[in-house]
Amino acid sequence: MGTPMIVLNGIQKRFDSVHVLKGVDYSVAGGSVSCLIGPSGSGKSTLLRCINGLQPADEGEVWVDGDLIGLRIEGDHLIPLSEKEVADQRRQIGMVFQRFNLFPHMTALENVMSGPLRVNRAQKAETRELARQLLDRVGLADRGDHYPNELSGGQQQRVAIARALAMKPKVMLFDEPTSALDPELVNEVLSVMRTLAAEGMTMIVVTHEMGFAREVADHVCFMDDGVIVEEGHPDAVLANPQTVRAREFLRKAANSDQQN
Amino acid sequence: MPSPPASWASSRAEASEPVSVTTGVRPRTRRPRKKSPWRYVAIAVILFMVLSLADVALTNPNFGWPVVGQYLFSAVILHGLLLTLELTAVVMIIGSVLGVLLAIMRTSSNEFVARGAWTYVWFFRGTPLLIQVIFWFNIAALFPEIELAVPFGPTLVGFDANALVTPWTAAVLALSLNEGAYMAEIVRGGLLGVDRGQYEAAQALGMRPNKVFRIIMPQAVRTIIPPTANQLVTTFKNTALVSVIGLADLLHSAQVVYALNYQTIPLLIVAAFWYLLLTSLLSYFQALLERKYSKGYAPRSRPQAKSEPAVPKEV
Repeated sequence: MGTPMIVLNGIQKRFDSVHVLKGVDYSVAGGSVSCLIGPSGSGKSTLLRCINGLQPADEGEVWVDGDLIGLRIEGDHLIPLSEKEVADQRRQIGMVFQRFNLFPHMTALENVMSGPLRVNRAQKAETRELARQLLDRVGLADRGDHYPNELSGGQQQRVAIARALAMKPKVMLFDEPTSALDPELVNEVLSVMRTLAAEGMTMIVVTHEMGFAREVADHVCFMDDGVIVEEGHPDAVLANPQTVRAREFLRKAANSDQQN
Repeated sequence: MPSPPASWASSRAEASEPVSVTTGVRPRTRRPRKKSPWRYVAIAVILFMVLSLADVALTNPNFGWPVVGQYLFSAVILHGLLLTLELTAVVMIIGSVLGVLLAIMRTSSNEFVARGAWTYVWFFRGTPLLIQVIFWFNIAALFPEIELAVPFGPTLVGFDANALVTPWTAAVLALSLNEGAYMAEIVRGGLLGVDRGQYEAAQALGMRPNKVFRIIMPQAVRTIIPPTANQLVTTFKNTALVSVIGLADLLHSAQVVYALNYQTIPLLIVAAFWYLLLTSLLSYFQALLERKYSKGYAPRSRPQAKSEPAVPKEV
């Protein structure tokens, strides 16, 4: 295990009266894959969004590769960064969404190019080359000129992964990347993620795919009701959960897997 | 958990019972449904009305068609039309810029800015445009001198209001400020209509707010175009209001002519002809624009007349 790439200290988040995250401590080693599992509403996605500041935490600190996200330390105080500064910090954190969120008015290639071109002001010719390579990597070299609505869900999600990778991020966050896909399309996305993990990308994956967690993750975290209930190596957490809540959740997940 | 399947199964069985389905016994051919006799009644009534109107228009000399023909392309009318078009263009440009600014202000996290924009829209949409036109024309009565000054401090520059606010400036001011309020609502609706995930995706790539806006705006434009085109048509027609402050627009030009020759109806027909022609052209360009901005979206189904049911009814 390398040094921690992502460190979360005492993360708390409220939406109005709902206490979504109740103090989460969590760290992810560089080059490792960590899966967040747990029932819906347990705060997994919110935790992921705290990491890149899409939903800034109310309390606690998020560190990514030694940078404090969204805040500046001044003496004993933490001062929120400006929107521009937070935006700049997000360049090193790639994110893939459940509903893909490709830009519908751009082709697949333009989607992949959008980050480097608009954020880094990269050269157009170079970026086009980079985007082609990335589309090739996710197996969509021949789909560059297609608009998102001309692609299947699995293809759209792979374009979305390529788009995030185009910013050359240090970490990748996946927010239920296969939950909106038809079952037969899940594997093409998971296999791209497997390759990415094998190449040493630091990844946090919110997922319901227990098979993927078992096979690819270095670390599994079970969340429930805004806290991490249990975490550790997938063999330990998934095969031999210590807490009642984790056992219950995994039993239900296994049942629904069998039905599929 | 209750167990619904049992009741579902029974109700489905009942529902399917009365329909007898035979497969491949005898081929059934389709033919169009018989048209309702009322259809012909409706056609007859409408034809009658059209013919009556044509008869009246052609035989009643008060329509003054020769006068219409005489003035349709006359210099005074065409000048008026040109001024109306210029005014519409200027008002649309200023109004749109104002509308985008106000819409962005409405979404501002600064409550003061957001409320300011809301108040603006509330005021300019809530008072009649005609009053606004007359008001701006008479602004000199309120402020004889228009001065650029530090509040409660010294005056920097001063102008005579009567010299500054010509009918043209009053018309541009009144229509643009009003237009801005309507455009603000249209733009705001468009921005709100873009999926939340698009903002998040742009932000997650590390785009700063201005870059995020440039991802969102083209998507909002798609929903903004149809109401904006409507607004353009409305504004084009609303410019006729400036005839009350003596600006020589299309309507005022027609009025000037009929004040001299008393051919009121023919000249109103001339003006109406040009308004109608231009609004028709605008509608055509609207359709072109909408097609351009629907790039990347599934072709939207066009509203059609009800199609005939596929299964022939029992006769």
